[in-house]
Amino acid sequence: MVSALNMALVVVLLLNLFALGTSRIRAVVQAVALQGIVLGLTPLLAHPHPNLVASLIAIITIIVKGALIPRILFAAMRDVKMKREVEPMIGFMASMLLGALGTAIFIALARKLPMAPGHAQTLIVPASFSTVLTGFLLMTSRIKAITQAVGYLVLENGIFIFGLLLLEAMPFVVELGVLLDLFVGVFVISIIIHHINRAFDSLDTRRLSSLKE
Amino acid sequence: MCVLLIMFPLLAAVVAAVVRTNRVRPWVLPAAAVSHLGLVIYILLRPETAIFNRWIGFDPPGRLVLLLLSSLFLICSFYSVGYLRLRLELSNRIFCVGLLLFLAMTTLVTCARHLGLMWVAMEATTLATAPLIYFNHTPRSIEATWKYLLVGSVGIALALFGSLFLAYAAVRQGVESSLFFEELLRDASLLSKPWLHVAFILLLVGYGTKMGLAPMHTWKPDAYGEAPGVVGALLAGGVTNCAFLALMRVDHVCRAAGESAYSGRLLVFMGLLSMIFAAVFMVGQRDFKRMLAYSSVEHMGILTLGIGLGGLAVFGSLLHMVNNAMTKGVLFLSAGNIHRAFDAKTTDEVRGAMRRLPLSGTLFLFGFLAITGSPPFGPFISEFTILIGAFNRRRFVVGGLFLTLLLVIFIGMGRTVLTIVLGRPSKAARRSSYRDGWFTGLPILASFAVVLLLGIYIPPPLRAMLNDAVRFLEVRP
Repeated sequence: MVSALNMALVVVLLLNLFALGTSRIRAVVQAVALQGIVLGLTPLLAHPHPNLVASLIAIITIIVKGALIPRILFAAMRDVKMKREVEPMIGFMASMLLGALGTAIFIALARKLPMAPGHAQTLIVPASFSTVLTGFLLMTSRIKAITQAVGYLVLENGIFIFGLLLLEAMPFVVELGVLLDLFVGVFVISIIIHHINRAFDSLDTRRLSSLKE
Repeated sequence: MCVLLIMFPLLAAVVAAVVRTNRVRPWVLPAAAVSHLGLVIYILLRPETAIFNRWIGFDPPGRLVLLLLSSLFLICSFYSVGYLRLRLELSNRIFCVGLLLFLAMTTLVTCARHLGLMWVAMEATTLATAPLIYFNHTPRSIEATWKYLLVGSVGIALALFGSLFLAYAAVRQGVESSLFFEELLRDASLLSKPWLHVAFILLLVGYGTKMGLAPMHTWKPDAYGEAPGVVGALLAGGVTNCAFLALMRVDHVCRAAGESAYSGRLLVFMGLLSMIFAAVFMVGQRDFKRMLAYSSVEHMGILTLGIGLGGLAVFGSLLHMVNNAMTKGVLFLSAGNIHRAFDAKTTDEVRGAMRRLPLSGTLFLFGFLAITGSPPFGPFISEFTILIGAFNRRRFVVGGLFLTLLLVIFIGMGRTVLTIVLGRPSKAARRSSYRDGWFTGLPILASFAVVLLLGIYIPPPLRAMLNDAVRFLEVRP
């Protein structure tokens, strides 16, 4: 099972790099939706004997991250009619290289961490850290409000991966609560994106700069 | 009973959502607030009626925060009726529903016994309050909401990461992992130290972002500056105190693990850093609502400093939490009235608030004196207690720095406040129609009465609650 889990995590890492390197916003949202679906399957792979609760979490995660949230984001994009991210503060190529470098460093670093027996062979910790890094890169370096929202989703995916180490500690109710918060959060964000577009005629967050000292 | 306490505001939110008219809807708020506070007091007087389970229950600090929240919400709910009556041109449906969801979710934070559940409730308060900030629908308020959502969400995501690290600190040692506070406290000494250390930093940064500790405070001046005054009061006295409660609980686990030196050092550092940031940005601040935001950064710093010092300062910190919330109520609500009457919020345009609005202007001035620690108001007692706590622990440098920063902030804030309240109002301001009314005036007076009372006399039940909370946090299970 470890090899299957690692395989899934490699797919997640590749999707990170793709999300960092592309300028088409639609493609970024699709990549993150696919990432959500792959992540939804991982609790089944991480558990030696998947039980009912793990399967339920998997199904709900796939529905929320793979279908509902991308749908909200696509709807927000349709309203504002935009296709491409403008050239970000850190270029697409540069941010992709940064993401790859970060992944390599985390893989090397993870060997040094004090892990519980059995956890050291998996890619869980490096995958989690580099996905969080990807989320941060997307949130801080991109200009369009919608890509920043996608960055938040990727950040949350990174935390979800770390949660694979702790399937017992996070009870079902809490997992559901986290997903509900994420869903409502994206919903509120998409409403605000709509208002930003109406008030500023653009989703360029550089225009959001009248409030400062 | 506890479940009722959370379900009740949710139900009220549904009622507010279905009420049709803008005029009637705000009355749901005081109705819900009165019953909520009644229920809270009933549960506090008869703890045996509250049915506890593993998930939901009261610890002594949670009880204190809950009583504080419920009282503050009551004051703000009556003010909201008066405020929304002046803003009938905007639909207040989302506003009322958001306020009631805020009440439900903050209640859940205070009685959550599981770190994950507390996180879910804390994130939900962010989402419930975001629409409140852009009630006015101006481009500036949308910008403030966007920053609040993004910065707040990233911060709270780090807190989730930290919670998972804390659970892993147990797994690493072969202890069954759990995020129930009781079990965390029981097994604290077994936790893996490196994971615990990293978890504490992430949780400090995460919940510190929600508290608005520097340098993660960047959302605060924008949000408080653009939100209606009543929302500012609830953010500065409600959401931030919930985040502070979360931080206290995490620090409790850390100290139970025998790492009080580690967590204490970080808390004292963050506390002083916030005070320094606040002092720098407060001197010469022309926008009085942003000034209040920096004052909130300062006081969150003082709270953090207090629990970092330990001993007597913990008592001071908890008392200061109550004092700060009530004084912030006075300041934000009166600032909201001044903003409305002058239709401006900088010292360039606002002068003579005391002449133009005798009640709000005077209360704003007294609120300023109270928050900067002048006797005979409540914050004087609590800040003084923290100072003595620092000297008791022979932390003379920390105590000296604390006192110096308070002085700098007093001078910086005083210049702005005095410019606003004294002098003669401009012609345009005298022509505007707003006057202090019952609903926009009396709640501020009530809040001010509490601040004054706490400076002269702490009622025995409150003192008992404070002592319980201190004892709970001191005990090392």
